[in-house]
Amino acid sequence: MKTAVIVFPGSNCDRDIAVALEAVTGTKPAMVWHGETALPAGIGLIALPGGFSYGDYLRSGAVAARSPIMAAVVGAAERGLPVLGICNGFQVLTEAGLLPGALMRNEGLDFVCRDVALTVANAQSAFTSRYGQGETITIPVAHHDGNYFADAETLDRLEGEGRVAFRYAGEVNGSARKIAGVLNAAGNVLGMMPHPERRIEAAHGGVDGRRLFEGLLETVGA
Amino acid sequence: MKLRIFVTLKNGVLDPQGKAIHKALEGLGFTGINDVRAGKLIELDVADDTSDSSIDEMCRKLLANTVIENYRVEKA
Repeated sequence: MKTAVIVFPGSNCDRDIAVALEAVTGTKPAMVWHGETALPAGIGLIALPGGFSYGDYLRSGAVAARSPIMAAVVGAAERGLPVLGICNGFQVLTEAGLLPGALMRNEGLDFVCRDVALTVANAQSAFTSRYGQGETITIPVAHHDGNYFADAETLDRLEGEGRVAFRYAGEVNGSARKIAGVLNAAGNVLGMMPHPERRIEAAHGGVDGRRLFEGLLETVGA
Repeated sequence: MKLRIFVTLKNGVLDPQGKAIHKALEGLGFTGINDVRAGKLIELDVADDTSDSSIDEMCRKLLANTVIENYRVEKA
């Protein structure tokens, strides 16, 4: 499967996600600069990496979400192409309107950088098929603005439609209903604060993140 | 034309930064502070014939995230 990683000024997990995607797909992803206006042909997945695009100016992900390439990303997402946003990538997806809600400053104000336990809340999606429903996995987080917010009506709808992919098993950042990752209505866009690309080989301390990419390859890469 | 755009968190949205400022003020010995909310002030200098609808669009499309924030435009 061919993949693309969008690179913004200030992205810093673009190499990590590229390594993870290449390890699982066997193909080097296309690294697409934010100033481009078109995506490479024939890709099966777009990844928006973690980092601090535009120095988090204005709001995390706000300026990146209005980059030239984002029109193409939004168009591709609307046509059903899988899009994965991790950490800053999740913030960009909410700012671009591809996912509901917003990611606010962590409730405790601290930058949180540690392994966290996640519960797989929906193991039916294209991104989570290699996990068990309700399984607890360990994936690291590293963020300052991961406090997921949406109004109660939106949260109810997300839960009712199975669009919460992952929850924090414990308290991490004050997120509403401990939401760590959400899907769009069609299920082809996932945003998550934890970094699965940092848990893809034994040397990382575990491989719980690898299954996300393997599941994707299996469900969309055939 | 100079514009001052005030971006504030909506009521009901918790403001961790406001809370921290509140605590710090109390730490300095100030009393009687009921609540603190932190927001942003964005100053723009735009062409005099910039329409209100265009200004509103700038706010909605970029300057404020209307999921969590309100905005108010003041013309100087």
